[in-house]
Amino acid sequence: MEALAVTLFIFVLAMFVGFEVITKVPPTLHTPLTSGSNAVSGITIVGAILSAGLQLTTLTTVLGFLAVAFATVNVVGGFLVTHRMLKMFKRK
Amino acid sequence: MRLALVNFGYLAAAVLFILTFKGLSHPRTAVRANLLGSVGMLVAVAATFLLLRGEGAAGYGVILGGMVVGGVVGAVLALKIRMTAMPQMVALLNGFGGAASVLVAGAALLEALAQGQVPSVEFTVATTAAGIIGAVTFFGSLVAFAKLEELIGGQPVLFAGQRGFNGALLLGALGVGAWLVASPETAWLYWVIVAAAAVLGVTGVLPIGGADMPVVITLLNSYSGLAACATGFVLDNNMLIVAGSLVGASGIILTQIMCRAMNRPITNVLFGGVGAPVVTGAAADEVYAGKVKAASADEIAMVLEAARRVVIVPGYGMAVAQAQHAVRDLARLLEARGVEVEFGIHPVAGRMPGHMNVLLAEADIPYEKVKEMDAINPSFAQTDVAIVIGANDVVNPLARTDPTSPIAGMPILDVDKARTVVVIKRSLSPGFAGIPNPLFAADNTLMYFADGKQAVLDLIDAARQAA
Repeated sequence: MEALAVTLFIFVLAMFVGFEVITKVPPTLHTPLTSGSNAVSGITIVGAILSAGLQLTTLTTVLGFLAVAFATVNVVGGFLVTHRMLKMFKRK
Repeated sequence: MRLALVNFGYLAAAVLFILTFKGLSHPRTAVRANLLGSVGMLVAVAATFLLLRGEGAAGYGVILGGMVVGGVVGAVLALKIRMTAMPQMVALLNGFGGAASVLVAGAALLEALAQGQVPSVEFTVATTAAGIIGAVTFFGSLVAFAKLEELIGGQPVLFAGQRGFNGALLLGALGVGAWLVASPETAWLYWVIVAAAAVLGVTGVLPIGGADMPVVITLLNSYSGLAACATGFVLDNNMLIVAGSLVGASGIILTQIMCRAMNRPITNVLFGGVGAPVVTGAAADEVYAGKVKAASADEIAMVLEAARRVVIVPGYGMAVAQAQHAVRDLARLLEARGVEVEFGIHPVAGRMPGHMNVLLAEADIPYEKVKEMDAINPSFAQTDVAIVIGANDVVNPLARTDPTSPIAGMPILDVDKARTVVVIKRSLSPGFAGIPNPLFAADNTLMYFADGKQAVLDLIDAARQAA
């Protein structure tokens, strides 16, 4: 239960930080915000790497492999497409 | 020591992610912010490899294989996608985030059992949450993608007892989840939960119409973050929890903004089935009969000739007609003559929040000239000509005047307050809301019936000749 309390603690604080920071993003950048958050949600790659790397059973390895692939699409695709968009907003 | 290093790495990554979202507060700092985010991800991945080495893992080949496959797919998607198709891209990425969470949470349960542990209540509750949210996100996003890509119709798909059916699915998934909590060694229950949530994802998004896709996208975006969060609780991993929360918060904020822009509570968007043909209020004939004034390019060019301030209001129809570049040329032509030109954007103008801004930025229209609704509305009274291109419901004055209208109370762009309104549109066909628009019959409105792009090109020619 102590571990849960600590993780909940972090979860609640992170939510507040998220609301504070993201409320300040102007509507102009809402699409890059969404694709950028896709990239950040690729953080599941952390858990996927652990599953794929530990190779405890064949099934967990397969699940891990698939999860790494899905999460990497998000990370690479998300950051790249956001970069593509944001460059267009730069003053020429 | 190793574990401490890993956690310092995660802390650094979390700070970088927060700075990423902070930097998105201005176009000037946004490019750098995005780069910081990618560095943060690199740090998080590096820290995870360090953690893995400590556990004596061997599966580096599997990991690299997954990264290569995902990296190639992601890079090709990101570099090839057209800006008009950005909502589809985001829908797919939302879904993949959800899928990754489902797989990781499932694998974590199997690993715990393989190591002879008895998963705790917290563990199985979090696993159930990750399975439900992740599967709803993945399958719901696939339906959203199919609707946006027009692989299936954009109309709401409704069947008798749909709400009851969806409610039963959710309750069923939660019930099986409770069973999993009670007997955590029966791992197959997890896949039953995932299957029920998968069906719920499909039947939950099917009844939502094309016009409401911006809300679906932002909501699924927040789900993908919350799924990552739930997975973080499963793995007891703070990195996942912090990053997932940021994404979840972002999606929730955008969902609120979209709902406010349509003046509809979220429950109405999710369960209303709006977009289905609604027949209320005055019939189109009554509104339009004998009052619509069609104008030619030459007549409109003459009106523009005398204008000092012009506001262009683009809707998704402009993007469909690929008229962005022509619109930019028209704006530049007017500016060269000393006319003040600005753009007014409704929050739901595109198919996702901020979509129209991206499309205009792609056409090299400076973002300073692109104003949001609240900023531009007070200026319409001092505007000589408002040019509406490919927009309909978001400029319909019925939202202000007719409390029985389906769009009653929706904030709109007050183009009707401009001295002259030019509406470029193929026909008098209704928008998503399915109602006639009295703006088209107003005394100060000129209708220019044509394809958006051709209309603007002809207008540019006419304006050049008039000069």
